[in-house]
Amino acid sequence: MTAQDDIVPAAALPGTKVRRAFGEVPGLKTLAFCFLAFLYLPIGVLVAYSFNEGNIVMVWTGFSTDWYAQALADADIRKAAMNSLIVAVSATAISTTCATLAALALARGGAFRGKVALLGLISLPLMVPEIVTAVATLVFFSSIGLRLGLGNVIIAHTTFCIPFAFMPIRARLEGMDTTLEQASRDLYASDWETFRLVTLPLLMPGVLAGAMLAFVISMDDFIITLMVAGAGDTTLPVYIYSMIRQGITPEVNAVSSILLLFSIAMVTAYWFTTRQKPGRNIH
Amino acid sequence: MANLPENATLRRSLALGPAVLIVGAFMLVPVAIMGVYSFLEAKSFGGVTWSFSGDAYVQLFYERLLDDSLRLSSGYLIIIARSFFLALVATVSCLIVGFPVAWFIARRPLGQRNMWILLITIPFWTNQLVRTFAWIIILGRNGVIEAPFRWAGLLGEGETLGLMYSDFAIAVGLTYTFIPLMVLPIYASLEKLDFSLVEAGADLYSSRWETFSRIVIPLSKPGIVAGCLLVFIPSLGAFIQPDLLGGGKKLMLGTLVQFQFSTARNWPFGSAIAMILLAFVIAFLMLYARAARGAKAMEMRR
Amino acid sequence: MPRTPEAATVTPLHSDMPSRPGTGAAPAIVLEDVRKTYGRGASAVQALRGISFEIRDNEFFTLLGPSGCGKTTLLRALAGFEHATGGTIRLFGQNIMDVSAHRRPVNTVFQHYALFPHMTVAENVAYGLRRLRRPADEIAAAVAETLRLVKMETFADRRPTQLSGGQQQRVALARALAPHPKVLLLDEPLSALDLKLRQAMRQELKQIQAKTGITFIFVTHDQDEALSMSDRIAVMSDGLVQQVGTPTEIYERPANRFVAGFVGDANFIKAAIMSRANTEVTCKTIGGLELRADGKKARAGQRDVTLFLRPEKVRLGAPGQGSVDGVVATLQYLGNACLMEVDIGEATPLLVSERIADVDQPRRAAGDRVGVKLDPRSLQVLEE
Ligand SMILES: Nc1ncnc2c1ncn2[C@@H]1O[C@H](COP(=O)(O)OP(=O)(O)OP(=O)(O)O)[C@@H](O)[C@H]1O
Ligand SMILES: [Mg+2]
Repeated sequence: MTAQDDIVPAAALPGTKVRRAFGEVPGLKTLAFCFLAFLYLPIGVLVAYSFNEGNIVMVWTGFSTDWYAQALADADIRKAAMNSLIVAVSATAISTTCATLAALALARGGAFRGKVALLGLISLPLMVPEIVTAVATLVFFSSIGLRLGLGNVIIAHTTFCIPFAFMPIRARLEGMDTTLEQASRDLYASDWETFRLVTLPLLMPGVLAGAMLAFVISMDDFIITLMVAGAGDTTLPVYIYSMIRQGITPEVNAVSSILLLFSIAMVTAYWFTTRQKPGRNIH
Repeated sequence: MANLPENATLRRSLALGPAVLIVGAFMLVPVAIMGVYSFLEAKSFGGVTWSFSGDAYVQLFYERLLDDSLRLSSGYLIIIARSFFLALVATVSCLIVGFPVAWFIARRPLGQRNMWILLITIPFWTNQLVRTFAWIIILGRNGVIEAPFRWAGLLGEGETLGLMYSDFAIAVGLTYTFIPLMVLPIYASLEKLDFSLVEAGADLYSSRWETFSRIVIPLSKPGIVAGCLLVFIPSLGAFIQPDLLGGGKKLMLGTLVQFQFSTARNWPFGSAIAMILLAFVIAFLMLYARAARGAKAMEMRR
Repeated sequence: MPRTPEAATVTPLHSDMPSRPGTGAAPAIVLEDVRKTYGRGASAVQALRGISFEIRDNEFFTLLGPSGCGKTTLLRALAGFEHATGGTIRLFGQNIMDVSAHRRPVNTVFQHYALFPHMTVAENVAYGLRRLRRPADEIAAAVAETLRLVKMETFADRRPTQLSGGQQQRVALARALAPHPKVLLLDEPLSALDLKLRQAMRQELKQIQAKTGITFIFVTHDQDEALSMSDRIAVMSDGLVQQVGTPTEIYERPANRFVAGFVGDANFIKAAIMSRANTEVTCKTIGGLELRADGKKARAGQRDVTLFLRPEKVRLGAPGQGSVDGVVATLQYLGNACLMEVDIGEATPLLVSERIADVDQPRRAAGDRVGVKLDPRSLQVLEE
């Protein structure tokens, strides 16, 4: 197409194709939907086969929920799931508390030397590859001889959860209007009252978002737990890994599906709690 | 707030303390110790003996023969090369698919856009292990892809297409896992892109391709660069995908490190590889930081 | 124990004290050489460079000045959000330099309202009283009364986000008034409102100030706002106070060229002083015009003085009828007035504003010859 063609309004000429708007490239929509299929089909296949009656995963013999019943009744799976929950809840609680305090100090503590370095340190777990964190933590625990069982796992999880909890809290704080806190002090509230009555309630959605991210991340972690956890302290993902190693059964699919649906529910809940409500952002 | 009173400084330190201590003690210190370990000698069943040795790094390039002489060996270099190659393949395929998808989403009306972003975000936050495992069911022997061939009699008993345990399977796994990290930043920069600029380009008689290459690409470059980095770096150090989809033969850096700590029990060598992986990652992050600073300086000058 | 002695002893809302402005015996606020420097070293910004003046009790006092002159900084120093780097601030005789913001009996109406989004209107208004640990029934009564004062009583249970800009403005005002502070600080409170609303709020603010008898310190860069509402105005520029005075003093007798030029339009004519008789001087302009002007401090023989004249003080007549003849160079029709540049042979043409009072008033056009009448009383010698 030459430049000349473009000058002529195509629609004005009978018989010529109406020129599409620039962004509307043909086939894009198809591609986008194929992409969605690419993202979700594997998950769908996994979930579908978890309802397979037979015990060979890939030969469909009939519908059954037996594998779920079996997985839920399995004492080892229940223990692993319990461990996962204990670790995730503890790591979430500790990391969210630390992250909230740190975010407050960084966003409201004025300028000071080393601020950038501290920010970098807190986000360090995001930058170091997981496998490196995993073996480094393993080396560390063994070199100082720390053997707290599940405690080791909780420590490791808390560490890498901190930046995930930190990010949304900090974002929320940065977006918050500091004149609100000034207004509170202006109206005779002490620093503590200002924090309790103004800062914290307004920060809460950020804290909630941070906690949810930390929880999901901890529930999903596999490599670090694999390296750090002792024999009795396996979490659900590590248990699933060992099951896969022993051979793929519909039971693995069933446990995996439960874990999947659990994270999908968490992420969706997170999305809807953090979505800006309309008319919220007047200032 | 330039001169905070004394107790405010104290309060700030107390508030920063826990997070900094935890990350410092359980992240920074462990990595440092691992760095030290990489220069020690291995004990036969894991652990180290405290004597200095550069063997771990030498071992990467040379193998020690019986008479204690060294011979150049390519075994580990091939693993490094494969890691880079597969990370690159994953990045390029993510970009090829991710850019048009991001463009498509950015052109949707606002409500739809949010829905799309949610749909792309969900898989990313769901369990990586499980999502990778799903690909075994698809690519594996008797898997979803082989089933129709078998049914049609094109594939006999005991025969396989050989999709699993290959570089191809690993690349698919990496692409599948990390593609949301490509779409999201590109979308973020395309969303900010003022489409009247695109129209201005068209208005000034540039062809579609010219508009795309002269206006759209430069303006969405920060997103593209960020996306490539976000896919490349975790791919380089990936463990789950090569482990589940590559089997024992197609090692990458991540699986090699894990192998040294679990099966081979050569901690100094494992530490050395982990340090090298970390060095690569830091190098890429620094390059990125420099590029980002440069881009910012450009913005300021305008 | 009441937490702020001053606030605890404040008079109840609507005290029937006579509210003639500026009659309080003791000054409400005394500023002595107040200074504020932001940052240190090479990047230091001197926002306040030695501010000294007094604000009387019950006064509607306005800080007027161009953007960046330090108005907000001064207000924040009064509220306690910013620590002044030098000087003293006294509130009813007490030095409050080391009193923190939440213990000062001073409340602020913020420019963008700063209403707490997670509280209702009533909770916002009650906030200060609750922090002062007032009894619940007193708080309820004060909230109801303050909301009535700002005509927002029907909105008590709404959230701030469900209010229009003007309504939020009223709530912000009510919230700051409810604890009945001794001094109310208002930082450009009307700047986010549209023109009509702004003009209506001017009157209302003035009435509320008169009713409550609270000292208002009002910040604005809008001269109309300052002139129409204030008892007294402080004109600031570049971290310094240029003049403190009533609106009339500021407009009619500006202390210097900056004040004259910032408040309203002005003509400035360079001249030399020939002679003086009482307060009247005779001067000669660069263009050779001989003019009589008002100049108390001017000395005969002084060169390079600036004469100042408001455009609306100039009268136009037929050629030959004034002190000098001129030609209309440009003309802008403004509906209620006509703004002209009249060339009288000086370096810059004279800016003249002529009110259009009668329908059949003769219309002027560019190129018309006119006689320019200059009243010696409205032509002033400015102190540099
Ligand atoms: N926190 C700060 N740090 C450094 N400089 C500041 C800070 N706040 C204000 N300044 C500077 O101090 C000077 C006075 O600022 P101030 O906000 O008091 O002006 P203002 O008169 O209120 O202006 P405006 O009418 O635009 O609100 C300005 O030059 C400003 O850049
Ligand atoms: Mg200001």
